[in-house]
Amino acid sequence: MTEIFGIPVAVILGQLMLGLVNGSFYAMLSLGLAVIFGLMGIVNFAHGAFYALGAFAALLGLQKFGVNYWAALVLAPLAVGLLGIVVERLFLRRLYRLDPLYGLLMTFGLALVIEGMLHQFFGASGQSYPVPRALEGAINLGFMILPIYRAWVIVVSVAVCFTTWFVIERTRLGGTLRAATENAPLLQAFGVNVPLLVIATYGGGVALAALAGVLSAPVILVTSGMGSSLVIVVFAVVVIGGMGSILGSIVSGLALGVVEGFTKVIYPEASNVVVFVIMALVLIVRPAGLFGKE
Amino acid sequence: MKLNTLAIGLAAAFATMVSAQAAFAAPNEVVIGDIDDLSGTYADVAGAGAVEVMKMAIADFGGTVLGRKIVTLVADHQNKPDIGASKFREWADQNGLNLLLGGSNTGVNIAMAKVAAAKKVPLIVIGAGGASLTNEDCTAYTVHYVYDTTALANGTATTIVQNGGKTWFYLTADYAFGTQLQNAASKVVEANGGKTVGAVRVPLAASDFSSFLLQAQGSGAQVLGLANAGEDLNNSLKAANEFGITKKMKPAALLAFITNIDSLGLQTAQGLYLTTGWYWDLNADTRAFAKRYFEKMKKEPTMDHAGYYSATMTYLKAVKAVGTTDSDKVMAELKKMKINDMFAKGGYIRADGVMIHDMYVMQVKSPQESKYPWDYYKVLKVMSGEEAFGPITGACPLAPK
Repeated sequence: MTEIFGIPVAVILGQLMLGLVNGSFYAMLSLGLAVIFGLMGIVNFAHGAFYALGAFAALLGLQKFGVNYWAALVLAPLAVGLLGIVVERLFLRRLYRLDPLYGLLMTFGLALVIEGMLHQFFGASGQSYPVPRALEGAINLGFMILPIYRAWVIVVSVAVCFTTWFVIERTRLGGTLRAATENAPLLQAFGVNVPLLVIATYGGGVALAALAGVLSAPVILVTSGMGSSLVIVVFAVVVIGGMGSILGSIVSGLALGVVEGFTKVIYPEASNVVVFVIMALVLIVRPAGLFGKE
Repeated sequence: MKLNTLAIGLAAAFATMVSAQAAFAAPNEVVIGDIDDLSGTYADVAGAGAVEVMKMAIADFGGTVLGRKIVTLVADHQNKPDIGASKFREWADQNGLNLLLGGSNTGVNIAMAKVAAAKKVPLIVIGAGGASLTNEDCTAYTVHYVYDTTALANGTATTIVQNGGKTWFYLTADYAFGTQLQNAASKVVEANGGKTVGAVRVPLAASDFSSFLLQAQGSGAQVLGLANAGEDLNNSLKAANEFGITKKMKPAALLAFITNIDSLGLQTAQGLYLTTGWYWDLNADTRAFAKRYFEKMKKEPTMDHAGYYSATMTYLKAVKAVGTTDSDKVMAELKKMKINDMFAKGGYIRADGVMIHDMYVMQVKSPQESKYPWDYYKVLKVMSGEEAFGPITGACPLAPK
């Protein structure tokens, strides 16, 4: 068998694939964070909690109302996005003129409340969400057996990331959004409803987190703490990509998933810190992040 | 700086979380405490259900012993040894604590055992598994009641090796508990003529186990030894099933509770080998207890829940027998008496503190084999307590070899 640095090529390709799957989750979550920070200046610490809410919404939908996976893929992000809008109207809009620390504290507290409630209602052990029938089974790629569902995760994630990037960077709506972050009062004077834009942005970012939650439900056990362990890594991804950079968060999300995957083979003990080591290095060399402007 | 404000705020929040229900010491009371993980990852294994059965046992005993009212204290150790130890010390000093029941987490229980020795208050460990509690960390006041890592390894590993699973690859949680579990298992595997092919140390609470599982599969081993617990065990089994690894390798959980199986579902967990100290569906007695528990908690009890009930009863019987709550006299009686109830038949507490009782090697049923809700296990083997817990090692000074 051919080897590179003493590791068989099949293993390398396998880990590359798995890394891309995990990177897809990182990319989708960091994308939402980047959108919210870039357009609103809010460090959304509740992102992990919204991700967990997305998964629980799918689970509850299936168990109580017979809502299947495909419907949940649309309905759960919608429901959680609406909740995000309520949160924005009730709490976050009061914090825009204050120091970003207040937004961070507010969303951190919100995350604790949401996770505590999920824990109270669903217990600590977590529950299984079945893989949808149409995506069961696995494909033999030659170098590995890839479950079809994991391939599906990559496809959805790439499509969602590209669409979001396209809307924000290449359409008139995106242009308006970006203008709102540059000079909101001026845009308002032109007759654009800026508060509505902000609401839509936060709702959209939160819906992205919920979508990632629904996607991950069949892969890992649905638990109240599923978001809190992930959100820290995702923040590191956003910092590496450059706070607020859409493209940066997508590229660095996928890339860090792959790097983490290789670490799991070469030195597994370090696989949960490698992202933070890279973050430290990036901050030393390029404090604004790999794709950040400044 | 503003970060200081954040730090102070967080510290204040934690401080309020730590405070538990307090009671005043009264000479006409017998005080039984429970320190357990009530809000974290092990909260379903014992947790609120354990508090419930402790109270159930006290009510069944009559609510009083030696004419004194039996009262309870409960605290959440949040999986932090310092919180567990300081709460235990506080209760011993201020609340006249007579007995502490120790819930999940070996690290916390080791810290609490030190307090038990210093304050001379009996500690019956229920939820923690580390065998060091009755070896290098043993004290004259510690009893280890339900299971330990030695018994788990003896049960699961011996059975699998004898059934032809000779080569093992371990998925090991990268902290003390995981390595202890792996070492205990690999010793048993090798003693029975098996062999360790490899192991991968997985960081605690990893979000994805598929990478590690592919390494396990690549090793060509026959058995996948899962030296982890709780959510990590669930997520690694789920991924092993998804990647079809459980079809080629026999999965062996070195510590699994029925709550794990319930979370995973039989479709994913089927075929898994595990060892348990108790199962709700063993006989009429266990089912009767389970029925009462189910009415309150809407779940079947774990081995820890049965252990909480049995340990509370056993302690109260010992107090009644010696006519005092004096710790030394009660400990002497505990180590003399036989334990016969729905949890154990002919159980006894050895000099080193291990409660010797039968252990059960189980295999998880397939969805077709399961006939009713919570019908999860088939009994492969009933191990005598002596076989499961092994001979006295000599590491505990109270029990020379």
